[in-house]
Amino acid sequence: MQATATRTGLRSQRKRPVQRLVRVALFLCAGLSVMVTGGIIYALAADTISFFKDVEPASFFLSADWAPQSGDFGVLELVFGTAIISLGAMLVAGPLGVATAIYLSEYANPRVRKVIKPILEVLAGVPTVVFGYFALNFVTPSLLRAVYPGCGIFNWASAAIVVGLFILPTVASLSEDAMRSVPTSLRHGAYGLGASKLRVSARVVAPAALSGIVAAIILGMSRAVGETMAVAIAAGATPQIAVNPCESIQTMTAYIVQVAGGEASTGSIQYGSIFALGSTLFLITLALNYVSIRFVKRFREAY
Amino acid sequence: MNVMTQRPNVLAPDLEDLVNEHETSVFEVRDLTASYGATPAIENVSLDIFDKKITAVIGPSGCGKSTFIRCFNRMNDLVAGAHVGGKIFYRGEDLYAEDVDAVEVRRRIGMVFQQPNPFPKSIYDNVAFGLRVNRMTDHLDDRVEKALQDAALWDEVKRKIKDPASALSGGQQQRLCIARALATNPDVLLMDEPCSALDPIATTKIEDLMHELKADYTIVIVTHNMQQAARVSDLTAFFSVEGSAETDRSPRGVLVEYDTTEQIFTAPNDRRTEDYITGRFG
Repeated sequence: MQATATRTGLRSQRKRPVQRLVRVALFLCAGLSVMVTGGIIYALAADTISFFKDVEPASFFLSADWAPQSGDFGVLELVFGTAIISLGAMLVAGPLGVATAIYLSEYANPRVRKVIKPILEVLAGVPTVVFGYFALNFVTPSLLRAVYPGCGIFNWASAAIVVGLFILPTVASLSEDAMRSVPTSLRHGAYGLGASKLRVSARVVAPAALSGIVAAIILGMSRAVGETMAVAIAAGATPQIAVNPCESIQTMTAYIVQVAGGEASTGSIQYGSIFALGSTLFLITLALNYVSIRFVKRFREAY
Repeated sequence: MNVMTQRPNVLAPDLEDLVNEHETSVFEVRDLTASYGATPAIENVSLDIFDKKITAVIGPSGCGKSTFIRCFNRMNDLVAGAHVGGKIFYRGEDLYAEDVDAVEVRRRIGMVFQQPNPFPKSIYDNVAFGLRVNRMTDHLDDRVEKALQDAALWDEVKRKIKDPASALSGGQQQRLCIARALATNPDVLLMDEPCSALDPIATTKIEDLMHELKADYTIVIVTHNMQQAARVSDLTAFFSVEGSAETDRSPRGVLVEYDTTEQIFTAPNDRRTEDYITGRFG
């Protein structure tokens, strides 16, 4: 047998070491993100557990009174801040983003798209601090006060608007990708039945791209939940459940930054609270992703 | 009749009989030219499509037969850079006149495509789509059922009408696409190689269906399958490719011969037609 193998060159004792090396290297790259996630969970968990040794979980999760100096850690006030900013931002970025995506994918001619898309993506690259000052120097004085002159300089409406603008490119760009990957044959089928462009976009393309659009919105929402600087600047630092959009609030991330900025000493309850907040945020994002996956499975029109 | 005054340049003797028998022309095509950017697709095509007949368009790849039937419902409008010259009259009206709305054209002239392309919706919603587009939503259930019956699909799907269309087989999906097109009672049905993605059994079903539909609809079918053209059609138009790199004219599709299907397949007038149907080229 050995002689035959040598003659045809089909068999080899070498097991192609480079191939194996490549495989291992690629596995390590893929594994890195898993390890990082694991590391984050570990770092969060340790300090979160020690925090809950000092503070009742019930008084943390079920109370709405956040005053760390006096020992009150009712997280709902901060959760409200984060939720109202995210929802407000979604109200801005969802409709605008999907409309932009429909325009770019279905209506715009290629030359227009070539101009608009890069500009849109530049918007995503603007540092969020800039968005914060944009809220402070333009949105609040020029827009909100034009409608309601008594609006406070720090208010959650302006923060929600600028966070919405900040995540708009994410929503628009990913939704557009999803719509453009809908097969042309589906569009032609609808046009062939005498459907107008609007109907083809809204009744055929958008439903077929729904899973991508929802994923885009959820990703935008996760970014809004985690967004810190713009909100810290525009919405101030007043933990409260404020239904009035002209009032100041504080979000979970804004509080984390404030504490991490240097007030609290390592090991103090305040220091521990930012890890508890981090864990809570982590769980919220996880829940968001789970809900979106369920939603997409339920309503998706798979082509 | 208009045909007599503006006679197509390839009116074969048998067609002359048809015209004389007072067959109505649904389409009168005159010097039709279509191109994509600088690339010509078809040139100077003139023929008539007759009412309640099945007209087959055959020819080798690249002869522009798909481009040709996409001119009838202005589907080429959707392709960037496509240009259509010459005239198509639909029941006497210029299809490419300035004020003609392509959307309205497509509501009267239905189309079935090469690949079954059901929407990712339920069977019911697929058929109802065109009805909703055309605001024919009274008795929606009845209309959907009627269309599915006309497409010989009702018995197979009546118990799972709300299931996704993607669960159907390829042949069923294509019949669903036919039902979808029939639901709105179009005047003409254009079929662009409707069986090319189907197996022989599904193909037979579609062909049987076409024979039934002929009573109510004018059908134009593009096919690369000559046996199919011979089996289903009353009239056949043979397209070929003319010009090439050697003759410094870029290749373009031309109409070689248009006649009754029987004539085309038994005694074609043109040498190129004979070569093609006997398998000597293409």
